[in-house]
Order: sequence, then C-alpha cells, then structure tokens
Amino acid sequence: MMSLRQLADIAAQIAPMHVLLDSKGCIVRVGPTLQKLRADQDWTGRPFLEVFNLRRPRHIHDMDDLLRTSGIKLHMQFQDDPQTGLKGVLAPLPGEMGAFVNLSFGISVLDAVRDYDLTSADFSATDLTIEMLYLVEAKSAAMEASRQLNLRLQGAKIAAEEQAYTDTLTGLKNRRAMDHILERMISAGRNFSVMQVDLDFFKAVNDTMGHAAGDTVLQKVASIMVECTRSTDTVARVGGDEFVLIIDNLIDRSKLEEIAKRLIRKLEEPIPFADQLCRISASIGTVLSSSGGQKGAAQLLNEADVALYAAKRAGRACHFFYEPQMDSVDQSNGIKNGSDAGSLEGDASGSRGNGDAAIDTSPPTTH
Amino acid sequence: MHGLINRAIQAFVCSTYGESRWRDVTESADLGFSDFEAMLIYTPEQSQSLLTAMERVLDRPLPEMLEDMGTFLVANPQVEALRRLLRFGGVNYVEFLHSLDDLPDRSRLAVAELHLPGLELIETAPGRFKLLCQSGLPGYASVMMGVLRAMADDYGDLVILEHSGTKDGTEVISVTLVETEFAEGRTFDLGAKLT
Repeated sequence: MMSLRQLADIAAQIAPMHVLLDSKGCIVRVGPTLQKLRADQDWTGRPFLEVFNLRRPRHIHDMDDLLRTSGIKLHMQFQDDPQTGLKGVLAPLPGEMGAFVNLSFGISVLDAVRDYDLTSADFSATDLTIEMLYLVEAKSAAMEASRQLNLRLQGAKIAAEEQAYTDTLTGLKNRRAMDHILERMISAGRNFSVMQVDLDFFKAVNDTMGHAAGDTVLQKVASIMVECTRSTDTVARVGGDEFVLIIDNLIDRSKLEEIAKRLIRKLEEPIPFADQLCRISASIGTVLSSSGGQKGAAQLLNEADVALYAAKRAGRACHFFYEPQMDSVDQSNGIKNGSDAGSLEGDASGSRGNGDAAIDTSPPTTH
Repeated sequence: MHGLINRAIQAFVCSTYGESRWRDVTESADLGFSDFEAMLIYTPEQSQSLLTAMERVLDRPLPEMLEDMGTFLVANPQVEALRRLLRFGGVNYVEFLHSLDDLPDRSRLAVAELHLPGLELIETAPGRFKLLCQSGLPGYASVMMGVLRAMADDYGDLVILEHSGTKDGTEVISVTLVETEFAEGRTFDLGAKLT
C-alpha cells in the first residue's frame, strides 16, 4: 500500500497544484506551483477551508461536507489577497485517510501568470495552459493585424466618399454633396438660406484667355466664397460657373444682404493670371428656408434660381431675395419657367461655363 | 501566399534597405501596388515575382537574403510578437527544436489560412539534429536557417547550422549544438503581453 508521502511525491510531478488533506480536513502537503502562489506561507496543519474560500457549491463547513463534493467541480478563491480564482475537484482517499484536491486556475490563468510570474516549468507537461497562452498571444497579434487592415480600409472608404462629394477643380462640395446636405437640413427642420450664385463675364474670360485662366478664376472664386462664409455653411460648385451657398441658421435678410454684397465686391476684385487680370462679377438669388412654410429641396433651389434670374435681368452684380410675384414675371416673360432644372444639372467637372452666354455682353476682360 | 509572409518580406526589405529600395523592388516585380496587407491572400505568382525582383534589384543571392530575413523576424524588436510565439515552444533550445514539428499546426491555430510546409526534427546523435523542411514554400529552408540562428542567440546557445542538401524536394538543415548557455539569452516572461 502506497503511503501518503509517496502519493504526494508523485502528485508533485503530475499535479503541481494539488492539496492533500488529512481526515480532519487539514492540509498535509501542497503541490509546488500552488505553494509558489503563497511562497511565504506554511499551510501544513491548517484547515483547507481557512485558506480557501469555497464559493460553489455553497454551505460547505467541514470535512464531511467537503467529502460529499467528491467529483463535483469546486469554485474557490484565496481567503487573503490577491484572491485569485481557482477551480478544483476533490477525491476522497481510501480508508478515510483524507482527500486529494487538484486545483487549476481556470480562466483566471491569464492574470495568475502575470501576478505570480509563472513559467512553463510551473505547469505540468500535459497542462494546456502554455498552449492557451500561446493562442491568446497569437490571436491578439492576428487581431491587431486585422484591426490595422480595417483602419486602413476605413480610411480609404472615407477618402473615396470625400472624393465622391468633392469638386476636384475647386475642392468645394459638388452637386451630389449639396443635395445631400440640403435634404438633411430640411428633414432636420433647420432655419437656413440658399444662395444661388452665378458668375458674370466668366464665359468671356474662358473664351478670350483660355481654360487655364478659367480654372484659376474658379479656384480663386472658391476661396473667396469660403472666406465670405462660416465653416458651418456649405459652399458647392453645382455647374460650370454656378455655385450654391447654404447659409446655416441664418434667415436675417439684412445680414444675408450684407454677405451677398461683400461676396460680389470681393469677386469683382481683378484676379491675376499670367501677366493679365481677369475681371468677373456675380449675380445672386437667395431664398429663405422658413419663408412660406415647408419647402422641398427642389422648390428651394428653383426659387433661388428664379431670384437669381431676376438679379441677372436687373443688370449684373445684383442680389435679389426670392418673392412669390417673381414666378409670374418669369412665367409671363417666358424667360425662365419654374420647371427648368436643366441649368442646375450642369456638369461641374470642367470650367466650360455655359450659364451666362445669353446675358453676358462680354466687356473687355483683359487689361 | 499568405499576406503575413509577403508582409514579413516587406518589413525586412524596408528595414534593411530602406523604403525607396522596396518601391524599386515592387515596381520591378510589376505588382501594381507596393504595400502588402498582412491579412489578405496573394497569388503564388505575385510572391514569386516579388522574390525574383528582390534578387534582381537588391543584387544579392536570394538564399542569403532570406536567411537574413529569418534572423530579422526573430531578432528585430519591431516584430517581437513572432519571437515570443516561438519561445512558447520550449524552455531551452533543444525543446524549441523539438517544438518545430508542431510549428505548421501552431501557426494554423493562430491564423487558419496560413499554411506552412511540414517540419521534422531528427536527432542523429546527442546534440546533433537534422531539420527536414518540406517543399511548398520557395526559400522556406533559408528562412528557417535564419530563424534557427537567431533563436539560438535568444536562448544563449552556440550552434552550427549547415544547409546539407535537398532530398526529394525536402531541404535538410544540420544543427550541431556546440554549447548550451554559451551566452546570456534574452529573457522570456510568459505573462509580458497579458495586460
């Protein structure tokens, strides 16, 4: 018959986290790894339940209770700090000699390895802990690589979206972006104003000085428009020389008038190109989102357009607010009817303006 | 070939020769891109033209470069993760050598699509081993030479490595352990990454 000491010697090798109990439930021997967790304590002779706090099953108070848990999974933790969680299973020894309890860390092994500075030698050769640690690290590394890929893809997606919403020549928003923002502001019920801006004499610049000059002018115009508006406003190029400004949270006519006048004044400052100066101006039609109740995007843009044409008719460099009677003037004159959305659908990709061909009487643009 | 392998080549070339040389290599390989993604799969043709371009542009024998790459993968602090994963293989160099048999399975556990050719360690005499590297990945044995050398340093052991020919497509590396604990190796803390 094997002695308790012999059993303990074998157990130290194959179950380095075991506890041998005597018939009274006191600790006789402890495996080397378990001892490493409390290197400064000698548990010999101390009751098992004094060292370990049995969480499940509950109501275990003495050795008889403990023996009845035979084969059941035990959940426990140290009574003192750090209260590392442990799993265990108990088997009674023959002849009422006591009990053999084998412990393991369970899921708390990750903390335990760090807290107690454990090494491979602390685990039995058949223990899968090292494999698990390997797997945790390998998976974390793989996840990190995947995360990096996702971040790059996300960045590429944002860049592609931005490109899809940007006018490449001027860096302003394009018609698609403007439609999107306008719809969003309408459905959010915000107060805002829409300014339809059409450049005057731009076609003349383009025709007499070439597309390169036209492109330079458009880029300068774009920067002036951005300067004359706030960062919360939207500036979009929606056609060759047509722009839409969405002025957020502003429906004060005098302030809008001020913005429009300043914009026209700035746009009239000659723009240098090569050794020459390009001179343009602008006509502006403005509509307020709140005037006359709920309006759709198409209606707002149309009304801004009607006001713009009224401004054009009044001579260039003018700014008009939309008034309902303008519709009838338009209808009767037949210059501009309400369903003419064609000029708004212009291609924003080039600088070949076509909007003002009928109105521009082409004054000298070079000096 | 798995992006991780291509990405490893990229990291090695960028770190050793610089990023502009790497771009020369990818241009010469006519890939149409210069950055490999670690978690995507590339065709064997792409990887082969990459290796061919490396030899041409960097003007060094490929086996030599691949061996350097194996060393780089273990010894460079940039890629500490791989060195740690290899150190899980054993508490000393001999145990590590024996763990190489499991390497393809281990890598597949971590990244399911990563298939490495089989490795088999044969102990011919005490302290003498032959590592059989099966075919399937061009330059596999060269990279393993570099890895074995760097891992010996990591454990602080002195070894002699020799490429001793190819048999039925399987390349053989001879490993002779001259001295264990020849120098102080790098420490390996199991829980270092568990935060």
